[in-house]
Amino acid sequence: MNRTITEKIISAHSQKEVSPGSIAIAGVDLFVLQDGTGPLAIKKFEEIGVKKLFKPERTIFFIDHASPSPRQELSNSHAIIRNFCKKTGAILYDVGEGIIHEIVVERYARPGQIIIGADSHSCTAGALAAFGTGMGSTDLACAMATGETWLKVPETVRIDVSGEFPKGVFAKDLILNLARRIGADGATYKTLEFHGETIRKMGMSGRLTMANMAVEVGAKAGIFSADTITHKYLKGQGRGKDFKPLNSDNHAHFEIILTENVSRLVPLVALPHAVDNVRTVSDVRGKKLDQIFIGTCTNGRLEDLEVVAKILKGRRCRKGVRVLVAPASREILLEAEEKGIISTLLEAGIVLFPPGCGPCVGVHGGILGDEEVCLSTQNRNFTGRMGNPNAFIYLASPATCAASALTGEITDPREYL
Amino acid sequence: MQLKGRAIKVGDSISTDLICPGRLFHLRNDIKELSKHIFEDLDPALSKKIKHGHFIVAGKNFGLGSSREHAALVLKISGISCILASSFARIFFRNAINNGLPVFECDTRKIKEGDKLSLDLNKEIVRNDTRGTRLKIRPLPGVMQDILKEGGLISYIRKFKCLH
Ligand code: SF4
Repeated sequence: MNRTITEKIISAHSQKEVSPGSIAIAGVDLFVLQDGTGPLAIKKFEEIGVKKLFKPERTIFFIDHASPSPRQELSNSHAIIRNFCKKTGAILYDVGEGIIHEIVVERYARPGQIIIGADSHSCTAGALAAFGTGMGSTDLACAMATGETWLKVPETVRIDVSGEFPKGVFAKDLILNLARRIGADGATYKTLEFHGETIRKMGMSGRLTMANMAVEVGAKAGIFSADTITHKYLKGQGRGKDFKPLNSDNHAHFEIILTENVSRLVPLVALPHAVDNVRTVSDVRGKKLDQIFIGTCTNGRLEDLEVVAKILKGRRCRKGVRVLVAPASREILLEAEEKGIISTLLEAGIVLFPPGCGPCVGVHGGILGDEEVCLSTQNRNFTGRMGNPNAFIYLASPATCAASALTGEITDPREYL
Repeated sequence: MQLKGRAIKVGDSISTDLICPGRLFHLRNDIKELSKHIFEDLDPALSKKIKHGHFIVAGKNFGLGSSREHAALVLKISGISCILASSFARIFFRNAINNGLPVFECDTRKIKEGDKLSLDLNKEIVRNDTRGTRLKIRPLPGVMQDILKEGGLISYIRKFKCLH
């Protein structure tokens, strides 16, 4: 057979050979929800009228978006989630544990699974060769009740990446460049599958950044092969036995093959208010900033904080710019603390948030003022994203954010590495 | 089923944040209240134009961004009878059908603000009664047609107990 990773996974979960365009009813391995979408899913689940979850030990809620709660309505939403978990045996990660996608990757995801999440960035788990995809609350509710969901089998777009990353250029720049090339709807309904020498060498952190942003070009999933890097990562998480190799067959059919060479890539920025509105850092250098945010399911991992610490070590953030940092999970915060990264950052003048989404979606700390400008490591910069439709969000890598923290304006990280 | 209404035009790349702002997280358990803020960050005057039965007519990639189903719900609760777009973001597309809100892809460039539209769900055609033209819509996959016929995924599952 000549199948892509997606076709293999969906076939295995629907007990038939599937091909792109066909509809499959697939068993689901993991059902994940967060505090913004969970309460509606609970309401819908209750409307169905079944009492029991199909797999309570595989149904996981995360209180990460408005966490800790900034207001009473949200505290009440959180209580709905807590009560539901108590009643049904679903698993709960409460305030301070971290972001849904990060914890799914750290503790649950493994090659070959189907993971559906009531959150658009559920594609992050594709870095571990799982078919992770975002859906709405109703889809989640029905899957939680029946154990299944329907999927239109996507075509796969193969991206072959070659070359060595120059100093100061990262996976974030690569995925921003892809958004620039194909646009925010360039891969709608499709799977992106990443290959090539650069990808084979890329660590899990970079892969997660790229898989995370697959949805920003419209994709249903962003998938990497399960290889030695995947195995090493799972071993590091004490889950070596969760590994199995998984790759596309040599003659699998790809709808299109795009190539990228990173050797000449430069640090990039997405300008307001679209992820595909991408320029080079040099095009916009000097843009004055009010806030910088480092974190999220895109770039809140240890390797990201390490780069930031490398740039900020022994230096001070520029007065007048607020530099907010939110580690993606408790595990990351602990490791960063052990390695001295946290004290380096604090000494440089950053503000530390508890593990979670932080200011990303604009519901609690870090809401922007009118006309304010923020540079962020997050994945989207839509109007109003950080809580104020009259503010401006630029997206970049953690290194670009760190360099800009020193100057208070958009700055090329290569000057500081 | 026959839908009739006037066109309210919006542009390309209308995100779920523009339909239903993320910052109103705290209103998500109160869909009625939340729906008062529909399209607020796109054009605060737009919500006043929405009358029962109206069609939203959009450009490409309507509903991109967050998976929040509340974006589909506020459109439904505001009385929008159907959304036509040249293309949709996939999570929004599912969310709309799952809530019994018809959404169809067609060439929306030929529809102007205020045009009188009618759509027969069984015929895959939109009639533009203002201009006397007909537009083909792209048929939904069978499973979505079935879900829409039942008025949404919850009623579908209640009736058939599973997706098969
Ligand atoms: S960090 Fe931002 S993008 Fe990621 S799950 Fe949280 S709110 Fe969504």
